Amino acid sequence: MRFSFLFPLFVFAGLLALFFTGLGHDPSIVPSPLVNRLAPEFNLPSLEAGEEGLKTADLMGTLTLVNFFASWCLPCKVEHPLLVKLKKEGRIRVVGINYKDKPKEAKRWLAERGNPYDRIGADSSGRVAIDWGVYGVPESYLVDQNGRIRWKHVGVLTPGDWHEDFVPLIKGFEK
Amino acid sequence: MKRVLIALFLATTAPVFAVEPDEILNDPILEARARDIGKELRCPVCQNQSIDDSDANLARDLRLLIRERLKAGDSDKAAISFIVERYGNYVLLRPPLKPATYPLWLGPFIIFGVALLIATLYLRGRRRADLMTRTLSPDEERRIQDLMDHH
Repeated sequence: MRFSFLFPLFVFAGLLALFFTGLGHDPSIVPSPLVNRLAPEFNLPSLEAGEEGLKTADLMGTLTLVNFFASWCLPCKVEHPLLVKLKKEGRIRVVGINYKDKPKEAKRWLAERGNPYDRIGADSSGRVAIDWGVYGVPESYLVDQNGRIRWKHVGVLTPGDWHEDFVPLIKGFEK
Repeated sequence: MKRVLIALFLATTAPVFAVEPDEILNDPILEARARDIGKELRCPVCQNQSIDDSDANLARDLRLLIRERLKAGDSDKAAISFIVERYGNYVLLRPPLKPATYPLWLGPFIIFGVALLIATLYLRGRRRADLMTRTLSPDEERRIQDLMDHH
């Protein structure tokens, strides 16, 4: 008991460690219960009549990045070049869900910036996005070959996020 | 008169909600249930407001969704879990009691118990030390004698 006077110091150090790890968490990121679950059922029309839309079955068979975007969404512009690059590299299939947008404007937006999406579904009501737990575009989901959601990224997808969070997961699934 | 006026004010002013007129259901019972649910759910966008208080588009969509579920015959519980399945326990403004939240609910009582224990042990130890072992020093004895002599 000689060093019992140090007890408050230990408590303080413990609290300090707790708060410090807490500082590292971004409070605007809401953890998703959908990770490691099957992607929700949906069947969306395309932006233009005659094109193919996007439905749950389209996610099967290959690793897919599902990206929620909108032409009115500024951060989407920021992450767009990365999506175009991913499409070019061809390592993963990228599909888009156009969130609460006017198809015409989405079309123009993609014509200006390049279209990284294999397929696009138009979610004009935003209801499919709610089924995916989307609370703000852009959001990106990694879906595995069996249609299971494996990762969710909220906000701008930066090359750093891609290499840190997505690439290791993708490597695991490619084996 | 004053009391009547105050009562009238309280009765006629509704608390401020973001719920818009076009969202409100015709059935007052369903609407009341929707309000109760809306107060319990956190808006994922603004995070510190319930979906009833929030002006965010998503909050509006969720309010409409809940009204749809209720109209379709969902119980309150089913409507809430519909949202929780998509956005997680995070959206519950009152976290449920379950193993993952035990520290949250029980932590304060445990900390209080530990503090009480430490305080009791400390105080008991001090009183014992005071009463049993301490005697007056010669100096103190002299001062007491001094005081008693003079009064």
